[in-house]
Amino acid sequence: MTDMPDTTLTPDPSHVAEGHPSSDDAAGYYTPGTPLTDTKAPGGPIADRWQTRKFEARLVNPANRRKLDVIIVGTGLAGASAAATMGEAGYNVKSFCYQDSPRRAHSIAAQGGINAAKNYKEDGDSAHRLFYDTVKGGDYRSRESNVYRLAEVSVNIIDQCVAQGVPFAREYGGLLDNRSFGGVQVSRTFYARGQTGQQLLIGAYQALERQVAAGTVETFTRHEMLELIVVDDGDGPRARGIIVRDMVTGEIETHLADVVVLASGGYGNVFFLSTNAMGCNVTAAWRAHRKGAYMANPCYTQIHPTCIPVTGSHQSKLTLMSESLRNDGRIWVPKKKEDCDKDPRSIAEEDRDYFLERIYPSFGNLVPRDIASRAAKYMCDEGRGVGPEVDGVRRGVYLDFQDAIARLGKEGVEEKYDNLLDMYERITGENPYEVPMRIYPAVHYVMGGLWVDYDLQSTIPGLFVTGEANFSDHGANRLGASALMQGLADGYFVLPHTIRDYLADAPFEKIPEDHPAVVEAKQAVTERIEHFLTVNGTRSVDSYHRELGNIMWEYCGMERTEDGLKKAIDLIRSLKDDFYRNVKVLGTADSLNQSLEKAGRVADFFELGELMCIDALNRRESCGGHFRAESQTEDGEALRHDDQFAYVAAWEFAGEKPVLHKEELTYTAIEMKQRSYK
Amino acid sequence: MKLTLNIWRQTDANDAGAMHTYQVDDVSPDMSFLEMLDVLNEDLNAKDEEPIAFDSDCREGICGMCSLMINGEPHGPEVTTTCQLHMRSFKDGDTITIEPWRASAFPVLKDLCVDRSAFDRIIQAGGYISVNTGSAPEAHSVPVPRDDAMRAFNVATCIGCGACVAACPNGSASLFMGAKITHLGELPQGQPERDSRVTNMVAQHDHEGFGGCTNIGECAAACPKEIPLDVISQLNKDLRTAIKHGH
Amino acid sequence: MQRAGVGRGHDGPGGTGFIVFRGTGGRKITPYGSVGPGDQRYGASVAIQNSGPTLVQGARATQSTIFLKILMAASGAVFIAFVLLHMYGNLKAFNGHDAYNEYAEHLRELGTPMLPHSGALWIIRAVLILSLVVHVYCAATLWKRAKKARTVRYQVKKHTGAIFASRMMRWGGVTLLLFIIWHLLNFTIGKVNVTGGATNDPYNLVVDSFSTWWLTVIYLVAMAMLGAHLHHGIWSATQTLGLTNSDRTRKLAKNSAFTLAVVIAGGFSLVPIFVLAGVINK
Ligand SMILES: Cc1cc2nc3c(=O)[nH]c(=O)nc-3n(C[C@H](O)[C@H](O)[C@H](O)COP(=O)(O)OP(=O)(O)OC[C@H]3O[C@@H](n4cnc5c(N)ncnc54)[C@H](O)[C@@H]3O)c2cc1C
Ligand code: HEM
Ligand code: HEM
Ligand code: SF4
Ligand code: F3S
Ligand code: FES
Repeated sequence: MTDMPDTTLTPDPSHVAEGHPSSDDAAGYYTPGTPLTDTKAPGGPIADRWQTRKFEARLVNPANRRKLDVIIVGTGLAGASAAATMGEAGYNVKSFCYQDSPRRAHSIAAQGGINAAKNYKEDGDSAHRLFYDTVKGGDYRSRESNVYRLAEVSVNIIDQCVAQGVPFAREYGGLLDNRSFGGVQVSRTFYARGQTGQQLLIGAYQALERQVAAGTVETFTRHEMLELIVVDDGDGPRARGIIVRDMVTGEIETHLADVVVLASGGYGNVFFLSTNAMGCNVTAAWRAHRKGAYMANPCYTQIHPTCIPVTGSHQSKLTLMSESLRNDGRIWVPKKKEDCDKDPRSIAEEDRDYFLERIYPSFGNLVPRDIASRAAKYMCDEGRGVGPEVDGVRRGVYLDFQDAIARLGKEGVEEKYDNLLDMYERITGENPYEVPMRIYPAVHYVMGGLWVDYDLQSTIPGLFVTGEANFSDHGANRLGASALMQGLADGYFVLPHTIRDYLADAPFEKIPEDHPAVVEAKQAVTERIEHFLTVNGTRSVDSYHRELGNIMWEYCGMERTEDGLKKAIDLIRSLKDDFYRNVKVLGTADSLNQSLEKAGRVADFFELGELMCIDALNRRESCGGHFRAESQTEDGEALRHDDQFAYVAAWEFAGEKPVLHKEELTYTAIEMKQRSYK
Repeated sequence: MKLTLNIWRQTDANDAGAMHTYQVDDVSPDMSFLEMLDVLNEDLNAKDEEPIAFDSDCREGICGMCSLMINGEPHGPEVTTTCQLHMRSFKDGDTITIEPWRASAFPVLKDLCVDRSAFDRIIQAGGYISVNTGSAPEAHSVPVPRDDAMRAFNVATCIGCGACVAACPNGSASLFMGAKITHLGELPQGQPERDSRVTNMVAQHDHEGFGGCTNIGECAAACPKEIPLDVISQLNKDLRTAIKHGH
Repeated sequence: MQRAGVGRGHDGPGGTGFIVFRGTGGRKITPYGSVGPGDQRYGASVAIQNSGPTLVQGARATQSTIFLKILMAASGAVFIAFVLLHMYGNLKAFNGHDAYNEYAEHLRELGTPMLPHSGALWIIRAVLILSLVVHVYCAATLWKRAKKARTVRYQVKKHTGAIFASRMMRWGGVTLLLFIIWHLLNFTIGKVNVTGGATNDPYNLVVDSFSTWWLTVIYLVAMAMLGAHLHHGIWSATQTLGLTNSDRTRKLAKNSAFTLAVVIAGGFSLVPIFVLAGVINK
């Protein structure tokens, strides 16, 4: 090995050749459908659209609100904020979550911060700049009007949270502090040390509990939504309720309402190992998908570069180290393979390859997540990874704080990042103040989700979707600190306005519990449960989940190829068959049964995984979090094809062969550019 | 390493429950405590024995879902949550006793899972600042001294896990409650409701069947987020002030 | 959804007479499940069937456990003042027979002629008795609550973070109560002289008593208990009164508690020890 690898990145040459695949790889896997349009966003100048829509959306008389039932599945930032706000407005809200308390939704785990265009630093920020950065960060695959609205309401979020008592970091003068996050050139990220998500969620949770006390919201904890009830009462289908399982008693309950909101979070757990919580699932969204809600861009997955590497096959989840660490930490691997198992402190400065700084001199360690992740993967694939070998490869790169410690002092670093470095030490048993941390990319967030229009309504009337569960605002890649912003924007400021236009027609006809649609939905749930408990096979649910996750990570992870995706689809299909015939779920239906809960979730992950691969196969371009090896520039950078793929892929459920509906993306307020971070 | 585990098993809230003993071999020091239990559960499943129910979600020490009394200490021997406890804290050949949180206000649902909804109701009773969405003033209109903001933050890190109750010989939730009282009481926004908040939360706490605090201090030692005992003093002070104001 | 039902609170201090709202949770289990005294908790009359957990309405701060604790701290503070004075008085024994008896007499003269003979003493006694009643009542109520708060005990329980004294408060208190009863019989009400000597001379009674080795042992054990009770109790009282809401004040309170406890228990122990050793004699 020479001193310095002469490649910048190392694309596999067999794929580079064409650069622009033209055949339709996915042809045999789906049926083309009719185009789809968002009919709700008003026209006119982008900055006025939200005001217009708010004005045009019809109102619901306060006296009527009491008579309207709203179901909200999920108590994360998106769900809790919506439930609290709808409760305050006087609707009858029922709020569901699978954890034992609304406060435990996975939003709690977000570390880094939340963006808002407050421009408190007077560094040139504005709603328009936040909008611009978000669209660009999403690689021009998000819907312009939604993103603009998100940027616009971001400022209200901060006011709201501060009033609720969220203890954001402050400066000595008592005013709010900001930091720059994820390579953005302005400081617009508000934070509460490394626990921003926790503090924001606790704020929303408290607002929610306040409404519970006021009698407007009723919470159903340890209740899992297993089916959506769609009723056609003459003028087309409407979402009218859900079937849930009380996870303690096993009782299958029916909850009916005038409108259903899904705020059920992301499905990154399809990869088995991810930074998501153990219970994160796609079931709520998938059940809705099967009932007619389109699933948009399911393959868009964000892989986060700074996670703690895997230690062995017992691993149950991966832990994220906040991206903010990249502000001060420097990422490197040894230049020489033979150094890889040495104590990093003994490797001389000139033998270290600070590869991000080398390849991307202007952004350095702060390049977007997908770029940083892929670069790390290449280094490890090349044999220059560090840390323990798992399955023959060292999957890890160093994240080194020595320079930062020299510059800020140990105390300075401690104050800025304290619990993050402690967390690292707790998990790995290594002290990051002395030995560089090791990191590796892991699945973190999904940009894909249920398709919604400007009103956040899905293709099923009366089914609204908010937060990570919808696809709307991040395009093919999400900026750091923008998911929290989106969850709270949706829940506090968007949904409560748009949903009233729908509810202005309510109350809808009362549905009896023995309505055929209800009975059918309930029966489907019972039968599924029955099935899992009676297969009596030989393999545990977890073992299937792990295997599915491996397939997804291998073939639908950081880099995707036509062959790989096709292979994955076959593998998933046969594994799924085996699952239904050979899974072993002990225990009973009428008690707390965690294997049974998992079985239902994994069953849905199988179907989702397959659709993700089909979506990835169809998208023969590289964009954002989706890197098709066949579509890259000569020096290995992602290559987008705006002429062919500037659309949202919205999939309609139709069994084996889903139907693809395309929503064309047009930009009036921003010009499409190839991303470059060199 | 090889371990012997004594684990509480109980089929549901009405079952009497009992300790069972299991052996686990092949435990790696890099495993988290819960991953060790996952491995045991895979084993049990293979032997047609129902897996042990225990709560967890985030597995990174922030959601507060995991619990477990491990060898007589909530969340085990380190200052952290059970999900962040690693097997390197134990030795080959150790015997580990695992029990659910014990408190009448936290009834056992199954095996090691308990119902902590009493905490939610304590928050419902007043653990919030009443501000409707959209009615908030500009965030910079009220500066908060940095030290106050820091103290508020430090105690707001409570994850609602219930270890404090599990540890307390009186089964008191004072540390949990004190953390919330201090968080909101430290901020200007929290002042208008300060008296009623403490009065109502304490009444709910008592009503749920938690015990009274006698300042023993085991709660703070068990708290994975190191919430200090001062919050209980603050709680007491706030209640005293509320009495003075006629609540 | 949650709608009312007027129920009685449980029999503990916080609950009596509260209006209780029903059902804030979706599940129908009683909060105590099988382990607790579920039925007792929601008193009798309006049985809340299938009642989910409830929210308290119309709370009063003076009905809370914390208020009980404040009363304990206040009565405890009276005791502390008393034992400090009493200890000071006892130490007069080192000044010999006359000084000691004069002091005892002086106690009775206190406040005269404004108050009748022994008037001040009786006021002190009244305050002490009241404090004792309050202190013991609150202790008993809290004890009962604590027992109910955990009905199933741990198989293994470590007591990380607790000093031993803190976990002994209740039995320590009972010991002190027994001691006080005996002590009053010994020196005040009954005036029992175990050596059979005269009982009308306080100084001689003390010397006679502590010349008896086993009585001295009883007293010393009681003083150890008192020391332990005060070691935790003094810190606990400051915490209960809300005086320790910072790291610094907490440490200060804990150190002062320890010091005071040693001074008081030690101060009391001197007289019995020196009597037994023969240094103080008739
Ligand atoms: C480790 C980590 C760090 C992150 N850091 C940041 C950050 O710094 N900044 C940022 O902007 N974003 C961050 N993100 C992303 C962000 O946290 C999430 O995208 C966002 O919080 C999702 O919120 P949500 O409300 O949509 O869903 P969640 O918070 O995931 O909530 C989902 C809710 O749905 C409920 N639910 C799900 N399925 C069902 C069902 N079937 N039945 C009943 N209930 C159900 C759950 O109980 C839960 O209440 C991070 C994510 C992770 C994993
Ligand atoms: C007579 C029988 C007594 C009983 C049953 C008793 C019991 C108790 C109990 C249970 C506590 C609460 C423990 C705690 O808060 O940690 C307590 C506190 C206290 N006791 Fe006693 N005690 C008795 C007598 C005394 C005496 C004689 C004194 C003083 C000489 C005393 C001084 C205190 C003090 C200062 C406290 C602290 C108050 C507080 O916690 O706020 N007690 N006692
Ligand atoms: C070794 C230590 C002690 C000695 C030698 C001692 C001695 C005495 C004597 C001689 C009296 C009678 C005084 C008189 O009638 O004038 C007395 C009374 C009393 N002592 Fe003690 N005492 C001791 C410890 C204590 C302690 C620890 C307590 C309380 C916790 C206590 C509480 C009382 C009370 C309440 C009275 C009655 C006062 C009255 O109402 O007259 N004593 N003691
Ligand atoms: S105070 Fe500590 S132990 Fe108690 S619930 Fe909060 S985090 Fe858990
Ligand atoms: S252990 Fe219990 S007695 Fe109080 S100080 Fe902690 S709540
Ligand atoms: S599982 Fe979330 S804190 Fe342990």
